[in-house]
Amino acid sequence: MITQMQVRASRPERLDRVLAVESLDASYGGKPALKDVTMDVYENLVTAVIGPSGCGKSTFIRCLNRMNDLIPSFSQTGTIRYHGQDITGSDVDPVAIRRHIGMVFQRPNPFPKSIYDNVAWGCKVLGMRDNLGDRVERALTQAALWDEVKDRLKASALSLSGGQQQRLCIARAIAVEPDVVLMDEPASALDPIATGAIEQLMHDLKQDYSFVIVTHNMQQAARVADMTAFFSISRGEEGERWGELVEYAPTETIFTNPSDKRTEDYVTGRFG
Amino acid sequence: MQAAESPRLSDRRFRAGDAALQLVAGAAALAACVVVGLIVWKVIAGSLPSIRAYGVHFVWRVAWNPVLGHEVYGAGSFLFGTAVTSLVALLLAAPLAIGVALFLTELAPRFLRGPVTALVETLAAIPSVVIGLWGILVLGPVLRDHVEPALHSALGFIPLFGPASSSGSSVFTAIVVLTIMILPIVSSISRELFLGVPRELREGALALGTTRWEMVRGVVLPYARSGIAAAMILGLGRAIGEAIAVSQVIGSVVGIHWSLFSGGDTLGSKIAESYQGGTTKLQVASLIYLGLILLVFSLLMNVAAQWIVRRGARRQGVGTNRGALG
Amino acid sequence: MSSHGITRADVQAVNLPRRRIVNSAMELLAWLAAAIAVAALFVVVWSVVKRGAPALNLDLLTKTPVQFALGPVKQGLANAFAGSLVLVGLATLMTVPVGILIAVYLTEYAAPSVRSAVSLALDILNGVPAIVIAIFVYGLFVVGRGQSGWAGSFALACLMLPLVTRSTMEVLLLVPGSLREASLGLGVPRWRTTLSIVLPQTLGGIVTGTVLAVARVAGETAPLLFTSSIVGTQVSWSPSHALQSIPVAIYELSESPDPADHARAWAAATVLLAFILCTSLAARWLATRGRRRLSTSR
Repeated sequence: MITQMQVRASRPERLDRVLAVESLDASYGGKPALKDVTMDVYENLVTAVIGPSGCGKSTFIRCLNRMNDLIPSFSQTGTIRYHGQDITGSDVDPVAIRRHIGMVFQRPNPFPKSIYDNVAWGCKVLGMRDNLGDRVERALTQAALWDEVKDRLKASALSLSGGQQQRLCIARAIAVEPDVVLMDEPASALDPIATGAIEQLMHDLKQDYSFVIVTHNMQQAARVADMTAFFSISRGEEGERWGELVEYAPTETIFTNPSDKRTEDYVTGRFG
Repeated sequence: MQAAESPRLSDRRFRAGDAALQLVAGAAALAACVVVGLIVWKVIAGSLPSIRAYGVHFVWRVAWNPVLGHEVYGAGSFLFGTAVTSLVALLLAAPLAIGVALFLTELAPRFLRGPVTALVETLAAIPSVVIGLWGILVLGPVLRDHVEPALHSALGFIPLFGPASSSGSSVFTAIVVLTIMILPIVSSISRELFLGVPRELREGALALGTTRWEMVRGVVLPYARSGIAAAMILGLGRAIGEAIAVSQVIGSVVGIHWSLFSGGDTLGSKIAESYQGGTTKLQVASLIYLGLILLVFSLLMNVAAQWIVRRGARRQGVGTNRGALG
Repeated sequence: MSSHGITRADVQAVNLPRRRIVNSAMELLAWLAAAIAVAALFVVVWSVVKRGAPALNLDLLTKTPVQFALGPVKQGLANAFAGSLVLVGLATLMTVPVGILIAVYLTEYAAPSVRSAVSLALDILNGVPAIVIAIFVYGLFVVGRGQSGWAGSFALACLMLPLVTRSTMEVLLLVPGSLREASLGLGVPRWRTTLSIVLPQTLGGIVTGTVLAVARVAGETAPLLFTSSIVGTQVSWSPSHALQSIPVAIYELSESPDPADHARAWAAATVLLAFILCTSLAARWLATRGRRRLSTSR
C-alpha cells in the first residue's frame, strides 16, 4: 500500500488535481499572512500542511473553502482552482463551494442536537433527504463511530467523549458527500488513542475523499500523509512576518531528503 | 508593654466600626426585603373588603358598576383586556424583535451596528406617558381614519375586525402602543443571546455548505431558544404591567367585545383611570383587588422566566449567573 | 466515487437557487424589522418635537397654569417643573445611600444564602408594575393622611432602588481583591477599607447608575398618580403636600379635549424627552470614561 502510494506520489503529474493554488497572497487588515503560495492538491491523497506556529497554515486551509470570508478584515489575491474552476472570485458563491470542500475543526464542535440529527441536519438542509437513515449510518460507519452510537442515536451529541465528538464531526462532514475534506489540526485536542483512530480513518477513507490536514505534529504527518507541504515564517525589513510555502513534495522526500535547508532544520528539530 | 496595650484598645473601637457598618448595611438590605413584604401585605390588606364580598369569583366576573345601590365589581372584563392586548402585542413584537436582533448580529455592516443598537435602546427610554400622548393624538386618529376602516372592509367578516372606532381609542391602538414598548426589551435580550452563540458552532454549520439563514435556523435559534422564551415572557410581563399608555389609548369600556376596534380596559389601565378617587370603600378595595391580580401575574411571569432560563442552561450543560435578565 | 467538476453532487444541489432565494428573503425581512424599529423611534420623537417645539417658550417654565382660563393661552407648567425637581431629587436622596449600603452588604458581608434572598427581593421589587407600587404607597402613606411629595418620592425611590443597587454591585465586584487585601494587610479595619478605599473606586459607576435611574424615573407617571397628583396650580417646593410633576401633567393634559392643553402637553413631552436623552447620553459617556480609566489604571 505504501509503496503504491509512494509511486503514485512521486509521479504527481499522473494524478488528478483537485485543487490548484496559484500565487495566493492573504492578509488581515493589511498585515500579510501568506505570500505567493503555489501548490496542487491531488485527488485521493492525504496532503499534510506542516510548519511552525504562526506560519499561516490555518489561514491557508481556510482559503480553500472560503471560510476566511467570515473575517471582515481578510483579503486575498491569487487563484484557487477546484477541478479547473476558479473559486476565489466574488461572483462565486461560497455556499456552493463548501458542500464540495468540507471542514473539520480543531476543537470538536458538534451541534447541540442528537447524534442522529448532527449528521442528518446537513443532508436535510442541502436537499439530500432520500434514505436519510442510510446516509447517517454510512457516514457514522465511515467515521468508525457507528458501533459505538448505534443504540443511542437520539442521545445528545454533547454526551460523547472528545474523540467521539470529533469523529461525529467527521461523520457530519462526509455525510454531505464532499470531494475534499479539510482538517485543521483535528487531533490536537484529543488523546493519543483518539488521535490514532482519526489517523486510521483518513487512511481508510482516502479512496473516497481527498484530505488536506494541517498538523503541528510532524510524526503525524509522517504517519498519515502522502504529500507534505512545509510552510515557514519569513520576515520583512520592518519586522512584519508572513508565511511562505517552502517545499512541497511526497512525504518521504520531505522527511528523508528535503531540498531546502529550512525544511531540513524543521524536520530534524533544529527549530520550531 | 505600651505597644501591646494600644492595639487592644483600638481593637474594640475598630470592631465597633465594623459592627456598625455591618449593622447599618444589613438594616438597609433588610429594609428592602421588608418593603417587598409590605407591598404584598398592603395590596392584600387593601383588597380584603372586596375579597370578602366577592371571593375568588371576582376574578372572572364580567361587570363593573360603581353606581350606588347597584354596585357590582369583577375583574373578568379587564382580565380579558389584559390578555388580548398583551398577547397580541407579544405576537407582533416578538418576530420583529428577533428580526432586529438577527439584523444586528448577522447582517448589519460594522458602522451600523452601534448606532442602530443605540436607537433601539432609546425606544425603550421613551416614557410611557409620552407614547400614550402620541397614541391619543397622532396614532389613534391615523388608525381610526385609515387603518381600521380598511381592515374592516377587507376582513370585516371576522368578528375581530368590527367597525372602526369613533375616537381612535381602541384595543387595537393599545396593541400597537404596547408592541412599540416591548420590542426593545425582547430585542436587546435576544441580541445578547445571539452574540453568545459560539463562533465554532456557526462555522461548523457554514462549513457544511449551508446558507446564513439555514445556519441561523439550524444552530443559532435552537441554541438561544430558552433565552428567547424568557425574553418573551419578560416582554409579556412588561405589557401586562403597563398602565399609563394603555389607559390613555384604550377607550375605557367595560365588558367583553370581540372587535379589536372597540374600546376596552386592562387591569392596569382600570386602576390608573380611577386615580381621582373612588366613590365607595368597596370600589377602592375592588380596584386594589385588580392590583392584587396584576401583582400575582407579574410575579408568575418573573418566576417563569427564571425557571426557563435555568432549565435551558441545564440542558445545555452551562451555568448561568443572571440574577435578573435585563 | 469522486467525479470531476461540480457535476456529481449537482444532482442534489438543484435546490441551491431556491435556498438562495429563501436566504435573501429572510435577510430582507431582518432589514425590514430593523427599519420598522428605527422608524418607530423617529416617528414618535419627530411627532413630539414637531408639535412641542412651537409651543416651547419660557412661559412654560416660569408661569403657572391658569385654572379656568378661556381662550388659547393657558400659560405654563412651572408648578410641574418645580414639583418634578423636588420629587426626583428627594427620591434620589432616599435611594442612593440605601442602595449603596445594600450593595456593600451583599458584596462584603452577606452569606451566600442571604445574598440570594436579598437579590430575589430586589428582583421582585424590580418586577412589580409601577401601578402596583402606587397602590402600595397609597395604602402605606396616603390613606388617612392625604397625598404628599414624600409619598410620591418614596414611590419613585422604590422603582429606583433595584437599579441603583444592581449597578453599584457591579462596580463593587470590579474592584480587585488585591486592593482590599493591601489595605487590610496594613492593619486598616474592614469598615475603613470599604468606605475609604473600595467605595471611592466605584464612585464613577455609582454616579452612572444613579443618572440612569434618574432618567428612568423622571418619566414615570403611575407611581405619582395615587400619591402626588391632586395639586393646586401654585409652584411649591415643600413635599409635605402633593406636588405636580411633568409626567402627571402630561397625562392629565393628554386626556383634555382642549387643543391648548395638548400644545402644552407636547411642549412638556419635548422637554422630558430632551432631559431623558441628555441624561442617558451623559450616563453612557460617563460609563465609557470610567471603563477607560479602569483599564489604564491597571
